[in-house]
Amino acid sequence: MLDKNGIAKRIAQEVENGYYVNLGIGIPTLVANYVRNDISVEFQSENGILGMGPFPVDGEEDADLINAGKQTITALPGASYFDSATSFAMIRGKHVELTILGAMEVAENGDIANWKIPGKMVKGMGGAMDLVASAENIIVAMMHTNRAGESKLLKRCSLPLTGVGCVKKIVTNLAVLEVTEDGFLLLERAPGVSVEEIKAATEGKLIVKGEVMEMKV
Amino acid sequence: MLRPFLFYTVYIRYFSNKIINDKMIRKTVANVTEALAGVQNGMTFMLGGFGLCGIPENAISELVRLGVKDITCISNNAGVDDFGLGLLLHQHQIKKMVSSYVGENDEFERQMLSGELEVELTPQGTLAEKCRAAQAGFPAFYTPAGYGTEVAEGKEVREFNGKMYILEEAFRADFSFVKAWKGDAAGNLIFKGTARNFNPCMCGAATITVAEVEELVPEGELDPNQIHIPGIFVQRIFQGKDYEKRIEQRTVRQK
Repeated sequence: MLDKNGIAKRIAQEVENGYYVNLGIGIPTLVANYVRNDISVEFQSENGILGMGPFPVDGEEDADLINAGKQTITALPGASYFDSATSFAMIRGKHVELTILGAMEVAENGDIANWKIPGKMVKGMGGAMDLVASAENIIVAMMHTNRAGESKLLKRCSLPLTGVGCVKKIVTNLAVLEVTEDGFLLLERAPGVSVEEIKAATEGKLIVKGEVMEMKV
Repeated sequence: MLRPFLFYTVYIRYFSNKIINDKMIRKTVANVTEALAGVQNGMTFMLGGFGLCGIPENAISELVRLGVKDITCISNNAGVDDFGLGLLLHQHQIKKMVSSYVGENDEFERQMLSGELEVELTPQGTLAEKCRAAQAGFPAFYTPAGYGTEVAEGKEVREFNGKMYILEEAFRADFSFVKAWKGDAAGNLIFKGTARNFNPCMCGAATITVAEVEELVPEGELDPNQIHIPGIFVQRIFQGKDYEKRIEQRTVRQK
């Protein structure tokens, strides 16, 4: 079974040379730490920076330089700043190649819910609805089950939707799955996790074809 | 040949260097109080900023001092409990918030859940574009964001090239309050880092745009090549003061 860093490490393998990548808050933010050094990638933060660098060293924080999670960051050589409308022109216009975000629920038809729990939590969707509605390549990073042990990979989402039919790939602490027309196709197992365990933790339709490889992380 | 003659007279009169300077439209006001003249109860305001980054701190303080009530605020976030728009929430001055993300604010959550505060949650890219549409004179636009979700409820849906979109209308607001790094008397603005965010999109998107700047410089000091927002989108500009520029999530690494 993977921890959050393990999930980020596995997703980092999906990042290819020349990609512009938008990372959501939480596990997705960790992906930046594991991208191979021999490829060129630029991270976009929707509040208005391309070429986002690591956190600043102590004492060099700049209140005018933050990421979408409101954390202080740095800008790498070649970075650029822009306004919010331009930022979402990059996203809506499909200029950002890969979007990695967290989710509360994903359905077997690719629907995603991650912005609201009626009566409990209403923080807002931020940029998530724009991202999922436009991105061609969306990877969801999340735990396979919630704190109560219930599956987050469902037949249909029970929470208010963020987007419909948009998720392509999911990396959890247990598995890598692809959303297909017939359901969740199991691509890889996390180290030490059996297909049976994944089946038991997946409420939506799980498709298992032949031998399922163990992830290399 | 009367026409060419008149044309050249006009040309010489208005376009000689000395007269150009005299013709510069000046937007400078003395202070925040003058900048906010005309602000009334029940108005709709746009406020720039992302989190606490690039928020118009002086305008917010003045709105608190004026005590205007029943206002609608269009702003990506709602500040934190004791800073930014949180100050206006604390005084119960806000009737309605239009935002994309409103975490980090307990008083906000309390007022929303108790029904004291009306909240319209809007996808962030749609929020930015509703500002830009107002600035650019578009009444509405189609976006895929929110299609198939509760955001789309009651909105026109239309298919383009096999993909579904919803119709979103431009904002209409009485005042835009924006904050820039540098500005000049002509109202030209330059922003810094990610403090740019929604500020440029909100310029010229309301009846009156008020820009507060960290540094108000004399005309001619800003390089026209470097200006982010031309002064035509700004009605009033003033030298801001006492910027706190609070950091919400101070995150650092070891050397």
